[in-house]
Amino acid sequence: MTSRLAETSEISKRFVDNLAVDGVSISIRAGEILGLVGANGAGKTTFIRMLLGLLRPDRGQVMLFGEPPTRSTRHRLGYMPQGMGLYEDLTVSQNLDFTARVFGVAPPGLEGDLAGLGDTLVADLPLGLRRRTGFLAALSHRPDLLVLDEPTSGVGPMGRAELWETIHDAADAGAGILVTTHHMDEAEQCDRLVLLSAGRAVASGTVDEILTGQRTIELAPADPAAAMAILDRAGLPVLPTGAMLRLPGVTTASVRAALGGDVSLTESRSTLEEAFMSLAGRV
Amino acid sequence: MTFGLTGVTVEIGGKTAIEAVDLEVEPGAITAVIGADGAGKTTTSRTLVGLLSPTAGTVSRPNRAAIGYQPEAAGTWRDLTVSENLSFVARAHGLAAASARYRELLEVTGLGSAAERLAGELSGGMRQKLAVAMAMLPRPELTVLDEPTTGLDPMSRAEVWRLLARAAGEGTAVLATTSYLNEAERASHVVVLDAGKVLIAGTALSIRGSFRGLLGTTTIRPGEAPAWRRGNQWRVWAPDGPLPQGARRAEPDLEDVVTAAAFARREAS
Repeated sequence: MTSRLAETSEISKRFVDNLAVDGVSISIRAGEILGLVGANGAGKTTFIRMLLGLLRPDRGQVMLFGEPPTRSTRHRLGYMPQGMGLYEDLTVSQNLDFTARVFGVAPPGLEGDLAGLGDTLVADLPLGLRRRTGFLAALSHRPDLLVLDEPTSGVGPMGRAELWETIHDAADAGAGILVTTHHMDEAEQCDRLVLLSAGRAVASGTVDEILTGQRTIELAPADPAAAMAILDRAGLPVLPTGAMLRLPGVTTASVRAALGGDVSLTESRSTLEEAFMSLAGRV
Repeated sequence: MTFGLTGVTVEIGGKTAIEAVDLEVEPGAITAVIGADGAGKTTTSRTLVGLLSPTAGTVSRPNRAAIGYQPEAAGTWRDLTVSENLSFVARAHGLAAASARYRELLEVTGLGSAAERLAGELSGGMRQKLAVAMAMLPRPELTVLDEPTTGLDPMSRAEVWRLLARAAGEGTAVLATTSYLNEAERASHVVVLDAGKVLIAGTALSIRGSFRGLLGTTTIRPGEAPAWRRGNQWRVWAPDGPLPQGARRAEPDLEDVVTAAAFARREAS
């Protein structure tokens, strides 16, 4: 029995003239939350479809639970799409019963905030509780590997805290979890990240490992709009931040060359979002 | 002058959509209204521009012709080209169709090479930039954009915020709503809405500074204290007292401050 629940080796997929995924290798171990982070069109969906066995890679290999994806490996997978895959005009209990019957298991019990809401229509639930229901449904057959697509997007602060507690609990109980997202707050919840850009994995590691060596220059010009125009013309990536300007992944020399040598600059560690933009090569 | 809402409550269909909301939108600055789905962001925008009437409170806004408004996920005509979308807005405001302003906006949005493409064929990021450019075109005194960055990836979001900063740089008072808390850093003033009420407001800096008590990190779930997960650790909040044993002191970030405020509100209710 391997502790690697899922593994891809150099998988690639081309659609006509678009190389959607280009030689990506990942592995997910039991008890681990791996974040697959990428911009729109970076190849996240194609990658997931290959991992789930819904699409065959042109090159490379996918192994799920130590074997190539088949119908039987599907039973050990749970998937929560962004739309959650729930029936809005059925109640919470009816939705959970339905999913449980498909897998031939007993429906999960309702605990915490969902207790007492079994007879509520899913359409009448606030988004946070709807996502909790979707998550319970995806977990009902006790899958070994869970794939979650932006699991907390659009949810308020309490709902988000509660959802992440549930997701981490599932990982602590031994499930492997793959989260696909472009929200940095979700990426920061993961044990490890793989950054995808134009189909390639451009960085991987823990948040700390990815941020190592990623620097951003900050300045507070008297006239931010004028300074932004000059930096734009110099082709430097500028992020307006309140009254400040932040420039990820550039040298102080290049900023001084554009704005003059006496400009006051500070340099600090990049935020994850800034690092992601620098690593993906565009701002 | 400064625009905004003072003590504004709006009821829709007998339900309170927003309650006692205060917010200011200053010329030359960006106010971000941040909240989850259903928190009241759209009601706030629509009330500020005059499409909804408050049940209580007062609204300060310029006259209609001086307001640029982009509703959520709309604002461009998909069957018109980029150029036609911009010219239409120009003519509706009595401006020349292909003015210097039109050319300037095509350039700053990077849409110049896509001028003859249908808006419906643009990527989500490009279409949102077009929508912002359309709101900016007549140089309104107040620009209100409802979720201009929703669904966009970090690069496209950064480009939209650069446009908003440019609009503010031209002297416009800009209000943008978003569900991404990390976009708070891009705005000069932030109002976080939760279930129709202001949860916390200020600059990103003053919000971080408003954190009460101590924040710690631990690797095991602390007993009774309010706590939330952050990666493989717990964040534990001690509003009034010392941290639980074994917890290491940590600096709260915006996410922590907002989560703690949500915990405090739940305690109080």
